Amino acid sequence: MGMTLSQKILADKAGLEEVKPGQLVTAKLDLVLGNDITSPVAINELNKAGKSGVFDKDKIALVMDHFAPNKDIKSAQQCKKCREFALAENITHFYDVGEMGIEHALLPEKGLVCPGDLVIGADSHTCTYGALGAFSTGVGSTDMAYGMHKGTAWFKVPSAIKVLLKGKKAANICGKDVILHLIGKIGVCGALYKSLEFAGDGCRNLDIDDRFTICNMAIEAGAKNGIFAYDEITAEYLNGRTSRKGKIHEADKNAEYEQTVEIDLSALTPTVAFPHLPENTRTVDQAGDIKIDQVVIGSCTNGHISDLRAAANVFKGRKVAKGVRAIIIPATNEIYLQAIKEGLAEIFINAGAVISTPTCGPCLGGYMGILAENERCVATTNRNFVGRMGHITSEIYLASPYVAACSAVLGKIGVL
Amino acid sequence: MTGKAHKYGDNVDTDVIIPARYLNTSDARELAAHCMEDIDAEFSAKVHSGDIMTAGENFGCGSSREHAPLAIKASGISCVIAASFARIFFRNAINIGLPILECKEAALDSLDGDEMEIDLTQGFIINKRLGKKYSVPPYPAEIREIIARGGLFG
Repeated sequence: MGMTLSQKILADKAGLEEVKPGQLVTAKLDLVLGNDITSPVAINELNKAGKSGVFDKDKIALVMDHFAPNKDIKSAQQCKKCREFALAENITHFYDVGEMGIEHALLPEKGLVCPGDLVIGADSHTCTYGALGAFSTGVGSTDMAYGMHKGTAWFKVPSAIKVLLKGKKAANICGKDVILHLIGKIGVCGALYKSLEFAGDGCRNLDIDDRFTICNMAIEAGAKNGIFAYDEITAEYLNGRTSRKGKIHEADKNAEYEQTVEIDLSALTPTVAFPHLPENTRTVDQAGDIKIDQVVIGSCTNGHISDLRAAANVFKGRKVAKGVRAIIIPATNEIYLQAIKEGLAEIFINAGAVISTPTCGPCLGGYMGILAENERCVATTNRNFVGRMGHITSEIYLASPYVAACSAVLGKIGVL
Repeated sequence: MTGKAHKYGDNVDTDVIIPARYLNTSDARELAAHCMEDIDAEFSAKVHSGDIMTAGENFGCGSSREHAPLAIKASGISCVIAASFARIFFRNAINIGLPILECKEAALDSLDGDEMEIDLTQGFIINKRLGKKYSVPPYPAEIREIIARGGLFG
């Protein structure tokens, strides 16, 4: 039996000729990631276990993005703890306010992930880097602590689902619609413990931001990881960002997949995930009349420059509807600057939207746009569980930047 | 171990297990005080040390926040039995030494308040109200070893 792309990477990092689904392996890590809410727990674990020292000060990334710039004293104390740890251990990739961005947009931008890398992160959306042909997965703080100290982690080798993409997406369709469509189809545990391997001619019609969005939400289908094979699009993105070559793997021709899901990109129409599960999808034309109070455009899922361009395209010459709060959050300072240079920032403000410094903020109900009782938000984020963005009666509708911007203008869910 | 069951449904996510507004702390007691708050406001008051949590499919889905199994463990829950677990929650629970068992029948048969008996070594669950015994296949040796030493760091 041949190996899937994900299995190839695990085998390589575990120093094995071959791995089989279900097998437990210990593998060497290329990068260990943590943020301001998960790193403190990891640091506590190391202290409790009496362990000090990290396996490689250049292969750890600590990003202060969730509750930073700090929203309260406790959050500030957490960042302080991370800062002190980074100093003590001489961590090269420590990103504090002024250098930080939303971790899953920042790390690729900084060239920290290469194809064939094995990455763990104490954040469930670490699966994002599969877009660069890496095996990248979310873990908890204890795994992060162990990984930082030893440079290895235990893994149960996953089986895989092949997602065969074909055709070309229509204008106004992006990676968000693709992944929402997939999760709507297979459900929030449709890929439980499995790899989601994206393949087919349609991949060429997805740009790097689309791929980041798609892999970002692999976890919302319960997947262990999401991954695209390395191609010219990956090469173009990585060019100039890193001198490391990484390792390019390919799934074996006789690799076995538990199932194959086919998606015709040309057949997709704007899609929304209704409360309170990412699988509760509907196309926008079936949304009905849903008045909204807030729109959030940003997050690790859709805070890239192409997302801001898509939103600006809608806002140009139009106004945010009265009674709607539109909050735009570029994922990194590089993206923020680009948005300013391209005149997008001016478009947003003239339309009546507001722009925030990069932060995870409202996505997880932190700050920078929390919802009150019974309020509704269309968000380009990745989860819409009960209470995710505020009051337990508030509602989150997940969508693309295009749908979010249109909804902000309309004052209700819809497209222009 | 024996204890009373606290029963929940499918897709109990990490946002209801411990809302993000409490993630500015890693103190176990503080987390325990807010465990399950957005889905069951009385949980932290009514749970007793040694109680069991039972649930449907995909328990612990969502975030990788280790605060979730930490909050459950700190609240006094001695074991979580679910029809299935989300994968990050699963490994987090093992890594912090919170016993978890995947047994669809036992989970779905249970009702709130049921007295349950669990034997992790022998691999069985007993529901005393139903007088029913369920056997649970053992975890792989490597995972049993982590649980036995109380977590990844031991």
